[in-house]
Amino acid sequence: MSVEPADISLPGDEEKRRGGLAQTLALLGRSGSFVIGFGIVAFWVVCALFGRHFVPYDPLADDIINSLKPPSAEHWFGTDQIGRDVFSRVIVGSRDILMVAPLATLLATVAGTALGLVTGYFRGIVDEVISRIFEAFMAVPVVIIALLVVVALGPSTTTVICVIGLSFSPLIARTVRSAVIAERELDYVSAAKLRRENTLYILFVEILPNVVPSILVEASVRLGYAIFVVATLSFVGFGIQPPSPDWGLSISSNYGMIGGGYWWTVLFDALAIATLVIGVNLVADGVQGALDA
Amino acid sequence: MRAILSFLVQRVSLSLVTLFLLSVMVFIAGQVLPGNVGRAILGPLADMRAVELLNTQLGLDRPILVQYWDWISNFVQGDMGTSYIFRAPVAPFVFEALGHTLKLAAVALVLVVPLGIAAGVVAALNVNRPLDRIISLGGLSATVLPEFVTGIVLILVFGVWLQWLPISAAWPPGAGLTTQIYYLILPALPLFLVLFGYIARMARSGMIEALDSDYVRTAVLKGLPWRTVIWRHALRNALLPTITVIASQTTYLVGGVVVVETLFRYQGIGSLIFTAARGKDFPILEAGILTIGIVLSIATLLADLLYSVLNPRIRLGGGR
Repeated sequence: MSVEPADISLPGDEEKRRGGLAQTLALLGRSGSFVIGFGIVAFWVVCALFGRHFVPYDPLADDIINSLKPPSAEHWFGTDQIGRDVFSRVIVGSRDILMVAPLATLLATVAGTALGLVTGYFRGIVDEVISRIFEAFMAVPVVIIALLVVVALGPSTTTVICVIGLSFSPLIARTVRSAVIAERELDYVSAAKLRRENTLYILFVEILPNVVPSILVEASVRLGYAIFVVATLSFVGFGIQPPSPDWGLSISSNYGMIGGGYWWTVLFDALAIATLVIGVNLVADGVQGALDA
Repeated sequence: MRAILSFLVQRVSLSLVTLFLLSVMVFIAGQVLPGNVGRAILGPLADMRAVELLNTQLGLDRPILVQYWDWISNFVQGDMGTSYIFRAPVAPFVFEALGHTLKLAAVALVLVVPLGIAAGVVAALNVNRPLDRIISLGGLSATVLPEFVTGIVLILVFGVWLQWLPISAAWPPGAGLTTQIYYLILPALPLFLVLFGYIARMARSGMIEALDSDYVRTAVLKGLPWRTVIWRHALRNALLPTITVIASQTTYLVGGVVVVETLFRYQGIGSLIFTAARGKDFPILEAGILTIGIVLSIATLLADLLYSVLNPRIRLGGGR
């Protein structure tokens, strides 16, 4: 004989929650930084998805006779050292980084949330051990940890996604952990314990929904930093691999000629990275503002 | 004093644990993950016997724990092993490169700490006016941009177009300290930009909080000149959280330094690590990364110490 746990939610609860979502979206729409950031990010996402179909040249096709031509009517951003059209490359170059960085962030968020829930809820020895391992991970810059793993396993997109995802997970775990520590003392958790819900249920059904705002803010900040790290890794040769028209990769193969005045081979890629990173950070800023309100 | 000492002992033992775990991670990544190190060095076409011979020569056929103990006990005594590529002891390479890196980091820090704090204080004294907006937004945008991106733009503007500064950090041999610093200004600027925003933001919020406090109000009400209130009362308290931030940013600073070194062809520890990584020279790679970890732990310790000396709540053993 089992007694169904009583439904203790009030009739208005569900509507209130939905109202909260609509309110948050309205706040986002009114936040200037979110709208501008969202516009920039949306532009690059469109380029990543469909750029291939509307660029004037094949981003990988060389044309040695027309190499290193400055910007002109035929080649808006000029051509690089083997005559590839820089404009087409910059547009299509958004694709790999916009696949790798969000996937790495997703992995970091999932792993970090799980770890943060466990360490924040149980505390004690589990928390202590995991925190020490996290600290070792964060003792050297992410770029260097990533470099070490990429060298050991060989460069591939999957390796880059995994290593960035895993090195960011402690940071997300730390945020989730402190949110969980605040939540676990609240009455609804005690109530769930008294109802003898199992621990997984308490963690994922009771506590998780209440820490989602902190997770969202942290994840959006991490996305900006993931783009930072992917671009940097590609620049030093251990991220996205040739023949991709990736921005960091293009800069790394062209900056050697910078003293010769071939500014167009690197400037537009640099500006592309700058706009994307700033766009994502503006979005993160807007999300943070709307959820804090 | 005893409070500081016990605090110090606690922090040192924590960083030793961290460094031990880091060394295990570095060892696993360098010696275990690549699978057959001899094969990785010699390439896929090499003869099986040559690969095995190389592995035996490098001592890679021994049990993992023996290899780890051998590596770490030698490392602690200053023997970082022998480079696969240069066929020479690793330590001199690492120390020379580390010296170059610290020089670059020092130039960046000397520029950014006073300017960042000054900008934060100016922003706090002009809260929500245009000047504050410009400093805050500018600082934030500069902070999020990768160093090699700002570095490229800075090289183009100051090195190629205006021709004010050299575009490479490799100064002529025998150059004096001033010349060296002159060559390091452009490489230090991208690092400056990343740290400037963080420091200015912390100094700003610390200053706003301090200006809002009762002791500042008391100081104003008892008729002290505004200048004295700012310098003697508000600024001191505002700087405490800023010091913590500067310390916590040393990891980012070093992460940025290694990339900037590549961009400016500067022979620091970052260039050394990347060169080693491309050549699969694991002894240099491992020693370089562990050295960076040690330097960063020391930096964090020094910052903790400074913080505890400056913060009376920790110095006098109160608080926690």
